[in-house]
Amino acid sequence: MVAALLLFLVAAAILGYRIISAVPPMLHTPLMSGMNALSGITILGTLAVFSTATTAPLKALAGTALILAMLNVAGGYWVTDRMLGFFKGKESAPEKEKA
Amino acid sequence: MAVTIIISAVLIAGFLAGLRLMQNPATARNGNRLSALCMALAILFTINELGIWNSVSTWILIVIGSVAGILLGQKVMMIQMPQLVALLNGFGGAASAIVAATSLSLTANPGALVVLTAALALAVGSITFFGSAIAALKLQGTVSQKTVSLKGHRYWLGALLAAGLLLIILSIFYPGPLFYVIAVLFSIYGVLMTLRVGGADMPIIISFLNSLSGIAAAICGLAVYNILLAGAGALVGVAGMILTQLMCKAMNRNLQAVLSGFSGATPVPGTPQPEEPGPQAQSLKEEQIPDLVREAQKVIFVPGYGMAVSQAQQQVKDLIDVLESRGKTVKIAIHPVAGRMPGHMNVLLAEVGVPYEMLYDMDTINPEFAETDLVIVVGACDVINPAANSAEGTPIYGMPILEVEKARHILIFNLDARPGYSCVENSLYSKQNVLTVWGDAKETVARVTASLGEE
Repeated sequence: MVAALLLFLVAAAILGYRIISAVPPMLHTPLMSGMNALSGITILGTLAVFSTATTAPLKALAGTALILAMLNVAGGYWVTDRMLGFFKGKESAPEKEKA
Repeated sequence: MAVTIIISAVLIAGFLAGLRLMQNPATARNGNRLSALCMALAILFTINELGIWNSVSTWILIVIGSVAGILLGQKVMMIQMPQLVALLNGFGGAASAIVAATSLSLTANPGALVVLTAALALAVGSITFFGSAIAALKLQGTVSQKTVSLKGHRYWLGALLAAGLLLIILSIFYPGPLFYVIAVLFSIYGVLMTLRVGGADMPIIISFLNSLSGIAAAICGLAVYNILLAGAGALVGVAGMILTQLMCKAMNRNLQAVLSGFSGATPVPGTPQPEEPGPQAQSLKEEQIPDLVREAQKVIFVPGYGMAVSQAQQQVKDLIDVLESRGKTVKIAIHPVAGRMPGHMNVLLAEVGVPYEMLYDMDTINPEFAETDLVIVVGACDVINPAANSAEGTPIYGMPILEVEKARHILIFNLDARPGYSCVENSLYSKQNVLTVWGDAKETVARVTASLGEE
């Protein structure tokens, strides 16, 4: 299991490095907010801890982490989608979003 | 077991495919949606594995987090993106720290490796949360944007780090109580580390904290034996590292220097000061702008953080439209560290409807300045300062700049003649082919656009 874990970690890091290096500077802000969303993956851990916590303080702590991680996921993907909606090419008629 | 590995592999491939689509602005939105879909599947898969479909409290917390996140993502203004990213970096770090800390209580006899990784994840998560909180407050202006440092700051940081690492190793033998001390030490470390970082170094520190939030998640994944967590966390860690590297390169800075607080907030003695800059040194007058514009065929805009502060994006877009309607070739040059986070200017301009084909990065546009008739700078100073090439010993020496000085004429719409964040006088201001228009860019740019319209 530990071997599988390390394998996935290293493989993701290497492939990720190649792919992310090619994201143009123009999109670096959405890239970062998208990474915020992805770092919310820790919600998988919070779900496990929350569902197995036995004492009240543990439950409260795990519940807080669950909310924070979900906030990252939802907020990160949402704002990234909103931002990427601004990026329009010359052909598509530019429409404006009023913030 | 095998099923878990296969599903994890598929979902990580999905995240990677999403990132692959982010390489092009035309497909990026779909890439983000693919990534979101994979995340939803990962969450549902985990809920299924844990058998908690009918846990009402879990669903309530998920709904609370989702609603809060969507509201935040919908309401935030684009100028506040750096704060939002800092805040979310912090939340991610905090969640990972909590998972790491609480995961130990779940197993009766955790092995040494589990304890070690949990302690590490706790440490990185704590730095991330407190570092990000300070960064967000600095960006919001609640905490001074200047570098704040204690006496012997560097030694405090070193001592905290050494003590913390020692405790992490000791925690193998005495888990439990030591975890509290580790959390406290690294929280203080996070605060001290970020307090020292000045405003212009924000793009670097935000990228770095972004990376840490991923590293915390990845180590957390090792601690709780979760492949998806380890893999996706690694992706975030790598992305943050790439951006940190790029930002450091663009400022000719190394991460160590930034973290130890050298950010050029004090003028360096012996800086070659150009002769009194100001309108009297210039032969061009504001009334000549319509002529300059009429003669120009190729125009390049250089927006900086000052444009964002003045909220002059719409005025800049209006001026671009006027120039384009007169058949000029218009491009926009964006320095990698313009703004308070990587890519910030691009988003602000895209928001007001500037098509992305007009946005050029530094390396692509620099060879074009020599054949450009007119450069229009809006709220940028350090990133165009030729002193970066010559003024040895100053904070910006060696920093790659947009080579606007090679253009025939240069119009500068800045707030005033004061030097930028680096405190190095801009030697452009006193050149013969440069016309400076001081004042709030929102008004000055609009005034010039109006004067063109009269023709």
